[in-house]
Amino acid sequence: MTGPKPGQPKPGHTTPGHPKPGHPTPRHTTPGRTRPMHLAAHLSAVDGTIVRTDTVRTDTVRTDPRSGSRSPSDFASFERLARTAERGLFDFLLLDEGLRLPEQRGRIRDPDVVGRPEPLTVLNALATVTDRLGLAATADATFHEPYELARRLATLDHLSGGRAAWHVRTSSDARTGENFRRGGHLDRADRYTRAAEFVAAARELWDSWTPDGTPRPFTHQGRHFDVAGEFTLPRCPQGHPVVVRAGDSEEGREFAASSADVLLSGRWAGGCPEAGRAFYADVKRRLAKYGRGPGDLKIMANAAVVLGDSAAEAHERAEEIRWQQVSPQTALLALERIWGVDLSGHDPDGPLPDIDPVPDPRLGPGRARHGDRVATAEKWRALARERGLSIRQTVFEAGARQSFVGTPESVAAELAESVARDAADGFVLVPHPAPGGLDEFVDRVVPLLQERGAFRTAYEGATLRAHLGLAEPVWKG
Amino acid sequence: MTPAPPFTGRRRLHLAAALDQRSVYDAGEYLAAARLAERGALDFVTADDGLARPGPDALAVLSRVAPATRRIGLVPTVTTTHTEPFHVQAAVATLDWISRGRAGWRIEVSATEAEARLFGRRPAAPADALWREAGETADVAARLWDSWEDGAGTRDAATGRLVDRAKLHRVDFTGSAFSVRGPSVLPRPPQGHPVRLVDATARPARAVAARYADVVLVRTAHPAQAAEARAELRASAAAHGRNPDDLRVLAALDVDLGDGEYAAAPGHGGGGPRPTPRGPLYRGGPVDLAELITAWHREGTVDGFHLAPVEPRRDLERLVNGTVSLLQHRGLFRTFYPGSTLRDHLDLARPANQYAAVAQGAS
Repeated sequence: MTGPKPGQPKPGHTTPGHPKPGHPTPRHTTPGRTRPMHLAAHLSAVDGTIVRTDTVRTDTVRTDPRSGSRSPSDFASFERLARTAERGLFDFLLLDEGLRLPEQRGRIRDPDVVGRPEPLTVLNALATVTDRLGLAATADATFHEPYELARRLATLDHLSGGRAAWHVRTSSDARTGENFRRGGHLDRADRYTRAAEFVAAARELWDSWTPDGTPRPFTHQGRHFDVAGEFTLPRCPQGHPVVVRAGDSEEGREFAASSADVLLSGRWAGGCPEAGRAFYADVKRRLAKYGRGPGDLKIMANAAVVLGDSAAEAHERAEEIRWQQVSPQTALLALERIWGVDLSGHDPDGPLPDIDPVPDPRLGPGRARHGDRVATAEKWRALARERGLSIRQTVFEAGARQSFVGTPESVAAELAESVARDAADGFVLVPHPAPGGLDEFVDRVVPLLQERGAFRTAYEGATLRAHLGLAEPVWKG
Repeated sequence: MTPAPPFTGRRRLHLAAALDQRSVYDAGEYLAAARLAERGALDFVTADDGLARPGPDALAVLSRVAPATRRIGLVPTVTTTHTEPFHVQAAVATLDWISRGRAGWRIEVSATEAEARLFGRRPAAPADALWREAGETADVAARLWDSWEDGAGTRDAATGRLVDRAKLHRVDFTGSAFSVRGPSVLPRPPQGHPVRLVDATARPARAVAARYADVVLVRTAHPAQAAEARAELRASAAAHGRNPDDLRVLAALDVDLGDGEYAAAPGHGGGGPRPTPRGPLYRGGPVDLAELITAWHREGTVDGFHLAPVEPRRDLERLVNGTVSLLQHRGLFRTFYPGSTLRDHLDLARPANQYAAVAQGAS
């Protein structure tokens, strides 16, 4: 009862049957042999809208998302989601990190704040109620320190038997800095160099014990960090926790190509497979420069899925969900973000303001630039003029659409096709406030993916690296 | 409500055990030990930590333990020296959420140059300065826990809001070594404030213990010294405007129960625990340890004990099945948990919210 769970690997365990570095993954589908798809669930903020955990339900009964009495921080919400993801044989569950509450013009934005528990603490608890699911924590490279974070990630990897992942974020917000010792903001170039050096330093710490379990001192001296000492944990069951990076920018792609195992792409917010293919090819091309093969970095695209019994019903539901997301208050806030002034006196069902956006001195570097805001405002005004839209209708129309809307059959086909055509290696699902949430996907789409041979029918290995088909990193002594 | 067990005329006895195991990185051992301690209805278990201390992150270990247990309190050590106060309070609050009100936090400092080098941000500092910073961290943590009033997470269908902005508060804290603006990123923990524990054996820690701690450890082999420390801590707590009865002072002993039922050299009567370079050590049998606990508690020396097994696998089992079951048999210790939170076990009330009070006073 109380011993280690069966199937958990010992430190130093390697997973057989997975490609080694430099061994190219098949790029094109041949009949009967499909490149395996990877799936993850992300409990997170999407475009500033934090997904409410209380609406991630296991039942399929429609309830008002606001009627729940359970606190969003209650462990039961996370446990339900993790169990569902594991039932669906997902590669991993990704949790976000909260560093400060979202604000707008110096005030807490109240419509979309539900609170974010500390992700590593939640994931260690989830390791107890799951056996195979990968556990990915977001942690910001700007507001953590390599020794502390590397130690906590290695701990999660040990305590979960090799299921830990780190989603490396880089923020540079001066307001976030007000909650931390280092304070202030870091400019764009610096935050990337800091994050790159952070990952390198963490890898040195993870490599500091020999594979046979002898601790050795480490020293890292660089532009951002000057640390030395002895790490307190042996080498991780996975060698290193899986490193995840999100971002479509030039810097983001290069960072991922040089040092990440998984790249999360937002490319598909609008559901354009061609953009996905171009992005995929571009990122995979960059790997060779770092002596890595195309299989060494998995590209997973964000996917918002809406299902229906018919295509028409799915589209109707997708609209309904988007209207829920664009509440009258959210619409005004979206507008305020562009105009930079208090618009709370405006009628969300009335016309757009006729004044121009105001430069906001509180918006430091790293926030939307004034010129961009003027351009967006002009675009939105044109849209509203052309089609006679109110504020709320304009925000609704200008906003991103769900990427996969349709029947379970059509969505499964589209997902499988996207992987087969090299537009992605997999998808990160964002459960939305909708009946069923992740359960509906797991119950209705996963079996169809499995029938097509596009997705695993059982976990083959015990570690997250095994699920992802990633080799254990070579020990650099 | 279940009626309180009959602890005739005496204060309730509180017992806690350390889960520390050297070179254990696998979760199974910790889960087994915590479940064993829970079978003994102990108030809480601790997991010690230090930045340069071999072993896994203690808060992570107890997070892993939380879903595998139901009632026992979980108290990891988290240093305040090189860590971020904002991250530390969020992690402790999260442990309280995932354990449904069973979290504690043993506040420690990291004074060595070796620990400072692991971060490379600032040199080692004297203990007095580090404990001043630890006190500030304890203070700002409580402010951040209070920065969401209870019920701040409304679900107001009429306005579509998920939180009531009027119930969120900046903390705007500026200390000697850091500042934090707030509010926190998650709702007020189930216990209001997770239980704060300080080992006040070393002098520089004592002021922080008296001002902020709910549970204080005192390491001494001598009951007179323990009683004196307790009296001093209570007086000092009162001087800080606290009710001294809100403080639980536990004697902290290493225990080596390898000598059978009774000690060859009786633990109690034969001089009690012995001072050693690593701290006070009780060596003897589980029955004699029960005698010692009974005697110290009867004399009002301390409110309870924190016991650290020298040989974890052997001694925890003997502690629970020997010492604790004897104390239970004598009616000196609970046989089940009447409450569900660590504060319940310790007979500590859920603290009022400092910002709610301000808001009420202002309106």
